[in-house]
Formats: sequence, C-alpha cells, structure tokens
Amino acid sequence: MQLQYFLILAAALFCIGIFGLITSRNAVRVLMSIELMLNAVNLNLMAFSNYLDAQDIKGQVFTTFVIAIAAAEAAVGLAIVLAIYRNRDTVDMEQFNLLKW
Amino acid sequence: MNLAEGVQIVSFGLLSLMAIGAALGVVLLANIVYSAFLLGGVFISIAGLYLLLNADFVATAQVLIYVGAVNVLILFAIMLVNKRQAFVTVQRAWIRRVSTAVVCSGLFSLLAVMVASTPWSFSTGAAAGNGAIVTIGKHFFTDFLLPFELASVLLLMALIGAVVLARRELLPDDAIAPLQQPALTLPERPRELLAVGTTPPEATIARLPSDQNS
Repeated sequence: MQLQYFLILAAALFCIGIFGLITSRNAVRVLMSIELMLNAVNLNLMAFSNYLDAQDIKGQVFTTFVIAIAAAEAAVGLAIVLAIYRNRDTVDMEQFNLLKW
Repeated sequence: MNLAEGVQIVSFGLLSLMAIGAALGVVLLANIVYSAFLLGGVFISIAGLYLLLNADFVATAQVLIYVGAVNVLILFAIMLVNKRQAFVTVQRAWIRRVSTAVVCSGLFSLLAVMVASTPWSFSTGAAAGNGAIVTIGKHFFTDFLLPFELASVLLLMALIGAVVLARRELLPDDAIAPLQQPALTLPERPRELLAVGTTPPEATIARLPSDQNS
C-alpha cells in the first residue's frame, strides 16, 4: 500500500466537496459538502500518521480533535439553517441576502 | 493490520470506489434525502479506510460520531426544513457549475502532481499497531491536555449555542405580556352543566364542592 493512493483519494474527496459547496443551492447540502471536505482532511492526517509518523501517532490525535469540532460545527450549522428557514421560509442559498447591500 | 498486500489493495480499491461514488451522489443527486444517506455511505467507507491505516480507535469514533450523530442530525434537519417547492431558477447557472468543475479538476490535478512528485520520508520503525489507543491516551493527557480540555468547553458552547439558535424566538411584548395575562384555563367543555341539564348554572357551581367530597 502506498501513501500516495490515500492522498490522491483525499484530494478527490476534497475537490468534490468544494464543487458541492459552491454549486449546491440547498443549505443543508452545503453543510454536507463541508462534512465531505472535513473527512478528506481527516483521511490525509491519518495517512500521514500511518506512513510518516508510525510510532508517535499524532495524526490520529489531530483527527480525533477534528471529528469533535466537526460534530460541534454540524450542530451549530444546522441550528443556523433552522433559524434562517424560520426567518426567510426557504433554504435556497440564493435568497440568503440579509448581509448583502 | 495483518493483511496480505493483495487483500489490502483490493479493499482499498473497493472502499475508494464506494467513497468517490457516494460523494459524487451527495453532490449531484437532486433528492436531498438520497444525498444524506449516501453521505452515511461516505462516512462508513472512510471508516474502512481508517481500519486499513491501522487506526481502530479513530475508525470506531468515525462510525459512532459521524454515522451515528452527524448523519442523523442532518436527516433531522432535512425533516424539519422539508419544503416541497422548486427553487427559483437563476440566470446562467451553468456558467457557475462549469467554471467550478474546471477549478476543482484543476485543483485536483495540481494536488495529484504534488503528491506524486514529492519525495516522502517514510518512517522505518515498527508501527504502533494495537497499542495505538494507549499512545493516543498518553497524548491526550500529556502534551495535548490543553486542546483536549478546550474541546470539551467548545462542545458545551456548541450545545448551548445550538439550543439558543434553534429554539423559537420570543417577541419582546410576549415576554412582558404574561404579567397582565389572566390565569391560564384549559379549553374544555363544561361537563357538569351539560349533565345536569335544566338546573341553573349557579346551583351546579354551588353543588360542586359537595360532589367532590362525596
């Protein structure tokens, strides 16, 4: 097994996440794309931790922190989506122009 | 992980195909419920990849937290904001999609070239293997103690913040109004009056305490 395979897979997942983040119009799908990008970063960290730092696995520690913060981000993000939905009665990203002049 | 090289290659291929296909489904499918379930597929295949990378603990945490918590939370959010109406069409939306696809494929090719051309310095010593969880625990309580405690505080803040954001807002005059409001009454039919029939209401009300006593 090669480190490069994992890194290329993580790069592909990250690019799919960016594509979804920019093009999707449903706010919940934007949050799902952010989760995809976070998972790609986690995969990178785990691959580095296994192949480059096998004894002193700090990458797994970082991945655990990223998972914890991703859970917090998902909770707060979905709460914000709910609040906006109650305010604007839509989840279309094109109509979220409260801060646009 | 004590697997033969061929088994590792084959399982990596299967898991990566699952992950890429499910991720494309998350982004491209029109129905968002399918996207949410495919996102669970992405999480599970990434947990399998963690197992290939000798990380049992993080794979378990991935399944528990992502599949068990984040994915269920996303499904709940989809259920709560479920509105069956098509979005208003935007002029020249295809330009955005095409340019984003070009930028993303360019970024991917850049990253792939970087990964392939970098001389990685692989570690030569024995891997942590099954003692990984002990090593992670030592890291948590020695050199990563402050981030560990900060993560707990952050989780508490996120919990309270999510509750505050997601609850229904009280209007200011609603908050003041209960001072002048009369006592709350349950909207139910006066059953004694109907049962007694011809007796005047005053007599019924006067008789009520004696009814309760007997």
